[in-house]
Amino acid sequence: MVDTKLTRRTFLKTSGALGALAVAGGGAVAADSLFGAAVPQALAEDADSLVWSACGVNCEGRCALRMHVKDGKVNWVESDNTGDDSEANEQARACQRGRSIRRWINHPDRLQYPMKRVGERGSGKFERITWDEAIDEIAKNYKKVLEQYGPEAVHIQYATGNQAKNIRNFIKRLCVLNGGCLNYYGSYSSAQISRSLPFLYGKKASNTNSDIENSKLVVQFGENAVENKMSGAGAGYNLTRALERGGAKLIVIDPRYSDQAATRADEWIPIRPGTDGALVDAMAYVMITEDLVDHDFLNRYCIGYDEDTMPESAKGKHASYKDYILGESEDGTAKTPQWAAEITQVPPATIERLAREIATTKPCAIYQGKGMQRHANGEQAARSVCMLPILTGNVGISGGNTGSEHEDFEAEAISVPTGDNPVKTSLPVFGWLDAIDHGPEMTSLNAGIQNAERLSVPIKFIWNYAGNCLTNQHGEIDRAHEILSDPTKCEFIVSWETFLTDSTKYADIVLPDAMPQEQPTYFVNEYGGKMGYFIIGDAATEPDFERKTLYEALTMIAERLGCKDEFTEGRTEAEWLEHLYNEMRAENPDYPTFAEAKAAGVTRVANPDVHTVAFKDFREDPVANPLKTPSGKIEIYSEALQTIADTWELDKKDIIRALPVYAQENGGYADATPEHPLQMVGYHFKGHVHSSYASIDVLKQANRERHLWINPVDADARKLKEGDTIRVSSDQGTIEVNAHVTPRIIPGTVALDQGAWYDGDKNGVDKGGCINTLVSGHPSPLAKANPSHTILVDVKKA
Amino acid sequence: MTQYAFYFNGKRCTGCKTCELACKDRYDLTPEISYRKVFEYGGGDWTKDADGFYVPDVFTYYVSVACNHCDDPACTKVCPTGAMHKDADGGLVLVDADRCIGCGYCHMACPYNAPKVDREKGHTVKCDGCAERVAAGQKPICVEACPLRALDFGTKEEMEQAHGDSQVADIAPLPQKEYTHPNLYVDPCKHAQMANEATGKVANILEVM
Repeated sequence: MVDTKLTRRTFLKTSGALGALAVAGGGAVAADSLFGAAVPQALAEDADSLVWSACGVNCEGRCALRMHVKDGKVNWVESDNTGDDSEANEQARACQRGRSIRRWINHPDRLQYPMKRVGERGSGKFERITWDEAIDEIAKNYKKVLEQYGPEAVHIQYATGNQAKNIRNFIKRLCVLNGGCLNYYGSYSSAQISRSLPFLYGKKASNTNSDIENSKLVVQFGENAVENKMSGAGAGYNLTRALERGGAKLIVIDPRYSDQAATRADEWIPIRPGTDGALVDAMAYVMITEDLVDHDFLNRYCIGYDEDTMPESAKGKHASYKDYILGESEDGTAKTPQWAAEITQVPPATIERLAREIATTKPCAIYQGKGMQRHANGEQAARSVCMLPILTGNVGISGGNTGSEHEDFEAEAISVPTGDNPVKTSLPVFGWLDAIDHGPEMTSLNAGIQNAERLSVPIKFIWNYAGNCLTNQHGEIDRAHEILSDPTKCEFIVSWETFLTDSTKYADIVLPDAMPQEQPTYFVNEYGGKMGYFIIGDAATEPDFERKTLYEALTMIAERLGCKDEFTEGRTEAEWLEHLYNEMRAENPDYPTFAEAKAAGVTRVANPDVHTVAFKDFREDPVANPLKTPSGKIEIYSEALQTIADTWELDKKDIIRALPVYAQENGGYADATPEHPLQMVGYHFKGHVHSSYASIDVLKQANRERHLWINPVDADARKLKEGDTIRVSSDQGTIEVNAHVTPRIIPGTVALDQGAWYDGDKNGVDKGGCINTLVSGHPSPLAKANPSHTILVDVKKA
Repeated sequence: MTQYAFYFNGKRCTGCKTCELACKDRYDLTPEISYRKVFEYGGGDWTKDADGFYVPDVFTYYVSVACNHCDDPACTKVCPTGAMHKDADGGLVLVDADRCIGCGYCHMACPYNAPKVDREKGHTVKCDGCAERVAAGQKPICVEACPLRALDFGTKEEMEQAHGDSQVADIAPLPQKEYTHPNLYVDPCKHAQMANEATGKVANILEVM
């Protein structure tokens, strides 16, 4: 395709020409020279090609990029500027990060050659080797682990750096051809809510947030789409337009005065982290005692609200939700606004007012973000919030919601066929480090192992593709270092990366990856409302140096293992993409042909329901359309969870309850000590996506990171001023960052953007300011997941 | 005479900075130089209520600003060589790079901090309203990039017509409009404070210097 747009180089050339003109003219630039037709024509000659691709990182955006390529280099990028950008035909406009991608693609620090570890794991000492040597090493060690320990010792590490649907699963395909690999369930983003909501609703589901245009009142717990889903056709923009169209009032509950609270909300209610469940319990108390609950809804659609709808196993025990809230159950504590105020830092009058407003405004949409559930008690918190729409009958209706974080309408995905994994055992996503350390001690009852009583072997081999979850994005980095640096534990680690990230330093073989923009890709939108879309991208440039795509590398490995033909089925990756698209299109004949879609770059797909309303069928006819819970109803009281609570081996402070109510978190505010008196939460930052883009200079300048948000009350008590270099310490480690003294955070809590690159000095102080240096590795009770925002710290001047 | 103008919808802006970085990409700017900047402006405090609970009274909003191609630019007045000038046709404030001596007076004079001296190039650089794109019938790159559709650009008349409720920029942290008569129309958000009675401060100084 020939570009008719401008490029930087000709722009500069033209400026020079204008300058010369101006000198000749002795003053103002002649108008014609600026706006005359000759200028764009002159500029067009400096363009080679304009190639569709997308930003591949994991912000839940998926934005189109149009790469302007000159002499085999990406010169600059445009985003989606096609179509009329009308309602439900929005452009998938990239944010500041996607717009800066060429600085990543062309970065001098990008890995160029395959490398072999020559120092200790984590030391970052590598030497260049050839691809042949790298593939030999990998094949030899992979075979050795398979022979010695079997396929369950092989793990594909959770990783999200490349979200193209046609790339990552080729690793699993290769594994399955060689006996399989350990499975995992959940994600570092949403494990707690994904594991717990099915006990309540049968599945995790919500209305699309575009449906907010039908709401009168919207209440969001820790929801911050405008800051973490910044795409021009994603959740932030959908929320913005829905509020404009429908005029709903928005209340945001968050420890931080987030950008959503600041720029979208009518009211911000600050709350102590990890205590949202207590706030909901107290609002339930107000609704119940003032008879503001929807009795018809509770009786017809739910079990466990009061004694009348309790399951047989729990009858007569004062174990219902109502009894618990009113203080008539075992603990004897009424969950009054005063009770909750001490826990949440929300004044009792605010709790009462909010409860009445939610109960009397119909329809009301309750949403949560995912930050609230990434806590040590996240499973209980996620279910608790759902009680507000359940008590008020706002589930299954337009303008209401389930209380869950927002689901979306997505265009059809394609998927790489992996074959059936002969290994069925599945590990909680956060459990891999323990599985390296003491896998066979991990059981279904103490560690959430699924499809087996226990792990039969520790993890001995890791494939890590485009991921920084070995250390940087995992938590308890110092412990991860200890375990990973012992090569007798996990015996071999292969990493594909573009930079030598901290996780990559633990690899035995590092392979220099191609960027998504250097290979054929298929990306599907996330968090669509009235519209979904997909993007077919092409290689904008050939990979430089000795970089190769994942598929090329795996094909070489497959050849060494003697399964190349089965692995490739004779296809190149471009042919795979077309093949998989055509398979998908056979099921979706309305979709354009591959050639049409590829030429279009972005293909938009309308949501046939306009808005998705979760559990609409159930609401209309609960008998004909039961939920996938054991009773078919909303299980406010879950017998299944009671069984888990009775049988699992849990730490005394790890709480699983049959009821969706507050549970004090293990390591939360009540566990604060004089050494670690402050709570700390992470947040998703505008300047990078997890750790992706975190080393790009223009983004670092525009988004001054390594800044700890601290309220003036807490800063004054420590004599800290804006910009002071400070040390933040938890039981797990110490980081060094700068203080940002701001009223945008509740007193008693500090906040740090997550994703900064770990940079430990010789004393173990992380001067990179990576929040996971401070995060505990103790998993949450039910999902056994990362408690990323349950941190207790102290802050001192460095 | 045609006068071009920017439009900024403060109700839409989330401070995402896509405008700033799209411009940086298009014009290959270094970290130190931004033709467009996004100010975080805020204030307020926390007080203890009668029951001992801390309650906030805080506000934050964002303002995205490039060169406002003012009717009465401060930069052109102080330019000793005449390099900084107002384009006769579109009313854009432009630098004649061959005449500019890089003295930086324009940078110091502009109350919007729009012109900067690029020491490597040896002259002042600044937003030119993406003149070439506009000539080719496109919007400036920042306008086309904005994920919130919070920016616009066109003739003064076009902006007044398309954004009838907007007003000439007179909100903090921008200076009062009387200083230079900027060609920037703003729809202020509910938190916005008038430039002459502002109580907050810029919270991201290091990002916008």
